[in-house]
Amino acid sequence: MTKDAAVSRRTVLGGLSAAMAAATPLRRAFAADLVVGFLYVGPRDDYGYNQGHAEGAAAVKKLPGVKVLEEEKVPETNAVEQSMESMINLDGATLLFPTSFGYYDPYVLKLAAKYPNITFRHAGGLWQEGKAPKNAGSYFGYIDECQYLSGIVAGHTSKSGKLGFVAAKPIPQVLRNINAFTIGARLVNPKATTQVIFTGEWSMPVKEAEATNTLIDQGIDTLTCHVDSPKVVIETSEHRGIFTCGYHVNQQSLAPKGYLTGAEWNWSKVYVDMVNTMKAGKPIPNFLRGGIKDGFVKTSAYGPAVADATRKATDAIKAKMMTTDYVIFKGPLKDNKGNDLIAADKTYGQTDLWLEKMNWLAEGVIGATS
Amino acid sequence: MAEQSLAAAEPAAEAGPAPGAASRTDSRPGAFGEKLRRVGEAAAVPLLALFASLVAFGLFMLALGFDPIEVYELIWRGAFGSYFSWQNTLVRAAPLILAALCTALPARLGLIVIGNEGALVVGGVAAAAAGLAVDTAPQLVVDLVMAAAGMIVGGVWIGAVGALRHFRGINETISSLLLAYIAIALMNHLVEGPMRDPASLNKPSSYAIPDAAMIGPMPGTNVHWGLAFGVIFAILSYVLIERTTFGFAARMVGGNERAARMAGLNVGRLILVVCFLAGAAAGLAGMVEVAAVTGRANASLAIGYGYTGILVAFLARHNPLAVIPVAILLGGIGASGGLLQRRLGLPDATVLVMQGIIFVMLLASEGVVGRLNLFQRTGDG
Repeated sequence: MTKDAAVSRRTVLGGLSAAMAAATPLRRAFAADLVVGFLYVGPRDDYGYNQGHAEGAAAVKKLPGVKVLEEEKVPETNAVEQSMESMINLDGATLLFPTSFGYYDPYVLKLAAKYPNITFRHAGGLWQEGKAPKNAGSYFGYIDECQYLSGIVAGHTSKSGKLGFVAAKPIPQVLRNINAFTIGARLVNPKATTQVIFTGEWSMPVKEAEATNTLIDQGIDTLTCHVDSPKVVIETSEHRGIFTCGYHVNQQSLAPKGYLTGAEWNWSKVYVDMVNTMKAGKPIPNFLRGGIKDGFVKTSAYGPAVADATRKATDAIKAKMMTTDYVIFKGPLKDNKGNDLIAADKTYGQTDLWLEKMNWLAEGVIGATS
Repeated sequence: MAEQSLAAAEPAAEAGPAPGAASRTDSRPGAFGEKLRRVGEAAAVPLLALFASLVAFGLFMLALGFDPIEVYELIWRGAFGSYFSWQNTLVRAAPLILAALCTALPARLGLIVIGNEGALVVGGVAAAAAGLAVDTAPQLVVDLVMAAAGMIVGGVWIGAVGALRHFRGINETISSLLLAYIAIALMNHLVEGPMRDPASLNKPSSYAIPDAAMIGPMPGTNVHWGLAFGVIFAILSYVLIERTTFGFAARMVGGNERAARMAGLNVGRLILVVCFLAGAAAGLAGMVEVAAVTGRANASLAIGYGYTGILVAFLARHNPLAVIPVAILLGGIGASGGLLQRRLGLPDATVLVMQGIIFVMLLASEGVVGRLNLFQRTGDG
């Protein structure tokens, strides 16, 4: 079989060197197409972060003239560099989406400098003009807006006012979700509290189950989370008969009774837009961020346990978010140690870089960042 | 393995107090043919096992509706089919060689150490800390200090496992594994606390060692020098274990610890030194990850090189030289995994299945050793 291929190759490509000949038929297969590569840090069917991106990749696959390459479970080491180079050299990829935070510095930056004709767009990094190569860039969504809406639903629905949050690590992206969720809940129930447990790892199902059970044993009746795969948290909570708000993707099917709503990525829209921009021969913006208004994120459809009044109240705030520059982080706001954080007249809009450096927990959160 | 060491130990006892001289006095007629048979067997059995696993994995692929020939063609292309693929394979093999030595060396003493990940992690953190402490020095100094720090701390880490075993009788397999969890927790604490660069927002990391101090790629390649370190360490380990009195004594402990004691060997010293060297290898792997790859200490140190290293060591049957080709083989399987995912839509677990089949086949093949007529003595045995 290999022999036949070699003969036909020789016939077709006469003068080319053997090495070139070996690579050429591979490229030819996709020659007319734009080849787009996606890299995920975990399994693409994790009911979580990676699945969110894989759903986006699936939407890109449906576009005409586009070939999609996917690699899952690529660790945040030079393995991602190797995988991206392999996509470029063996498959002819010209647009790459490495989707895990730790891929950006130094791997994406390094490869972007090495391959100036390839476009790199990274999920979650902070691309900076002048510091990073022009063919690199980053995009992300303000998913805390959806966590805020989840908090509002949770605040309305919870009977005890005791909410729980299973979190991976005390880093800005996670803290922002915990705070937005809590601020949302306290908007409708000023006595509501959020007990947070950090597991210390992005994916550690045993600890996540343990944290969930501990929280429920303490009388918490509504739970959400920020870990790579919320599957364990949501399923355990459903089993114990409490309410849940999902994260990353829709988990309604895992908790048909207790699922209230959830904060979801809408990567399909983001990726399709970027790929279409590239196909039209226009540059993709280097720094791309958006919230619920821009279609970067969305909320899950309400579950059966959400009362009509709650739906109406939440939809009203959501409508404001869709039409105006709604501000979540505004004064007066204290942190959970009683210090004043934001003065009464001060507001921090979503694009404010101060929020990207968050290292505090808002009043109402029970827990500590370290 | 044990039989082999015992067989080698017999003439030693006859030869009296200088065991190292024993192998040199072994000049019986047919000794060369005997050696050839032994080497032939040592190479042929794993190769047969490898072939059998390829057949088994091919059947598995066929059952899933994929053309095994196409799968193997892609694996070949992704791992070894071009200069680029070779580099990809070697980059992935580099940390595995050093990580594997952490299991392979103590195994010659009869100790099953599986805490490679822990030694690698603490070695990497120590190297980063040491490098940051002297970051204004010339590159060579920074790198040497980092390497020394990584090797010493990694060495002490596994040395402690050896000490617990020797002085307190604590099972080294369990203690090394548990120490790996402690190492990872310690690293998380350090990079999220005292060593944290406040600018590393969403991926807590130590400060970065300066670019000028980073170990670059070997000339003409994009493979970093860690590969060379691994190969050198493996060769030195081989010489130490197979060609020196010290190594002979170590193998004797592995063959029969009581016999070794009776022969007057200082078993405790052997255990501590070999465990230290094993930990130093893994610690050096951690140092290379920091100095050649990440530039910082962070959670990317603990992504499983240590655990894959255990597999490599067992596949190499704890022979330090055999660790090199086996690491390249596993590096190649890793490198081709991406191509299988992309071209055939196979999940990442595919290559894990393949690794698993190879592992089981190799373990099973141990049973064949000594039973293939081709490799048995015909005349004097």
